[in-house]
Amino acid sequence: MAIAKHNTGGRQQAPLELWVRATFLTLGSIIVTMLGLMFITFVIGRVMPIDPVLAIVGEQASKSTYDQAYEQLGLDRPIVVQFFIYVWDVIHGDFGKSLLTARPVADDIKRVFPATLELATLGVFAGIVLGVPLGVIAAVRRGSWIDQVARVVALVGYSMPIFWLGLMGLLIFYGILGWVGGPGRVGIFYVDIVPSVTGMILVDSILDRNWAVFKDALSHIILPASLLGYYSLAYISRMTRSFMLEQLSAEYITTARVKGMSESAVIWRHAFKNIRVQLITVIALSYANLLEGSVLTEIIFSWPGIGSYITTALLSADMNAVLGGTVVVGLIFILLNIFSDLLYKVFDPRAK
Amino acid sequence: MPNNTGTLRAWLLTDTPTSRRHAKLSALYQGWLSFRGNTMAMVGLGILVVLVLIAFAAPLLAPHDPFAQELGNRLQPLWSESHPLGTDSLGRDILSRLIYGSRITLYIVGLVALIAPITGLLVGTVAGYVGGWTDQILMRITDIFLAFPRLVLALAFVAALGAGIENAVLAISLTAWPPYARIARAETLTIRSSDYISAIQLQGAGALRIITKHIWPLCISSLIVRVTLDMAGIILAAAGLGFLGLGAQPPSPEWGAMISEGRRFILDHWWVATVPGMAIFTVSLAFNLLGDGLRDVLDPKDSEH
Repeated sequence: MAIAKHNTGGRQQAPLELWVRATFLTLGSIIVTMLGLMFITFVIGRVMPIDPVLAIVGEQASKSTYDQAYEQLGLDRPIVVQFFIYVWDVIHGDFGKSLLTARPVADDIKRVFPATLELATLGVFAGIVLGVPLGVIAAVRRGSWIDQVARVVALVGYSMPIFWLGLMGLLIFYGILGWVGGPGRVGIFYVDIVPSVTGMILVDSILDRNWAVFKDALSHIILPASLLGYYSLAYISRMTRSFMLEQLSAEYITTARVKGMSESAVIWRHAFKNIRVQLITVIALSYANLLEGSVLTEIIFSWPGIGSYITTALLSADMNAVLGGTVVVGLIFILLNIFSDLLYKVFDPRAK
Repeated sequence: MPNNTGTLRAWLLTDTPTSRRHAKLSALYQGWLSFRGNTMAMVGLGILVVLVLIAFAAPLLAPHDPFAQELGNRLQPLWSESHPLGTDSLGRDILSRLIYGSRITLYIVGLVALIAPITGLLVGTVAGYVGGWTDQILMRITDIFLAFPRLVLALAFVAALGAGIENAVLAISLTAWPPYARIARAETLTIRSSDYISAIQLQGAGALRIITKHIWPLCISSLIVRVTLDMAGIILAAAGLGFLGLGAQPPSPEWGAMISEGRRFILDHWWVATVPGMAIFTVSLAFNLLGDGLRDVLDPKDSEH
């Protein structure tokens, strides 16, 4: 983080109590937002038409069994108390038991989450590697053919249903050309061969030095990851372009040019340097969006991640799993948002 | 006749409007002129006009009953006799289902485009105008909804409400309103402190009158731009819910649900899933093009350089 060293110098001059105040305000708003998130999932859990007691004891249960389960679930307490019990449980990582897998939801999520993380990380990586240069070039060569191409790429990305594009990708690259592995994380012969350390097969197979598994996993992940990468590319290249345009029209750029600086130095050392913070916030947001965008992608590619988990649970009315998954995705989403906000406040002196 | 339009044009382009309505029409016409210069936006508008016409004339255009099953004729390829886009796994004509599906798409988009901005407008203007604690509470709620990933929240809502087209509309609206509230609040804050609002207040106008008659009309144009740009997202969300089996239920010819049906045969009968996807893509592309054009006309300060 070169930026950190570079910019914190200005921060020390700010009065300390202002910082304390700002920190408290931020913390307060984080807590309120998180409570709000849990409140919404709590309400959703209450209004749903499924009786949670019946789901546990079954239709044939006697009245006394029913009442016992009713009390065990805490449903006889006032609704406010129930909400705080729920918050308490969530803070302790207790989302209840999944009806479908008969295991604690938290354990299930721990198991499926690395798959989503692996996919989204690779996707956002592709989005950065391709999207940032594309956006910069589009801004520098404004109106040129490459700017037009970047525009069309983004426009198509915003307009294409992701699940359909995934299907078409499977049809062409797997069904017709046979270039990539099909649905799932690895082929049937490679399941459970490498020990699960991080839960991310690419990483695990490298740790195990099992290159056959690595190759197979790569051929499976490449298509869904490119798909997600395309969506983040659309967003990142668009934002990069508009940030760069803003910088390039600034007066210090003219000054640099008048001083006789080379064009590449003007672009990369001056203009690009100033959009790095904005870019990181955009990347954080894009990462958050990919975690969500992976829901539909995971279904198409039978990818056993959190998106598949939530949807499968949804279709079999497994509410604990649905709400647990929603809370976890929501929390990550909020944290990434806060992270990008904070970054902005800390590293951009103008935001103070 | 050309002479007549010439004078109409001159009347519309005058610098000295004679009445309020004249001024309004003149402004509209000038907006239209600058919008018309944007080819891509006109293409988008054209596609949408065609879509609306197709939806209206569906019974006349569709060659077959979209629900009529013909099991002997299932999975017919493209360009087969009397089924230009083939048939699906139950032998239903895909073209006819596509045509009737446009009605569902418009229905969903129309409802969400009404519910979400109106909710946002109400929340935003009240928060901005009243200020104080009301503002704090309303904006906190807005932030909480904004902090949620939209599709996952919509999924959770549908889980609670039950699958179906109306519930999908409700779920999407519930996730779509917060940005409108933010926009409306920002506009209200700038308008509230302007002199003409003080003048009306001195004349004795109440909060209700000021909000409905003087603040709302000024919020509309930025909301319209935002709605148009959001339409594509709404269509994609609705199609996604349909694809997951949580939106429109079979045998409804909803485009997302049609892709989901075709998914099982994708390797051998690719067109069953491909064709409805093209339809979704075309319509959401049209909305994006139109939205970009409208933004340039109605909201020049936000347009891209």
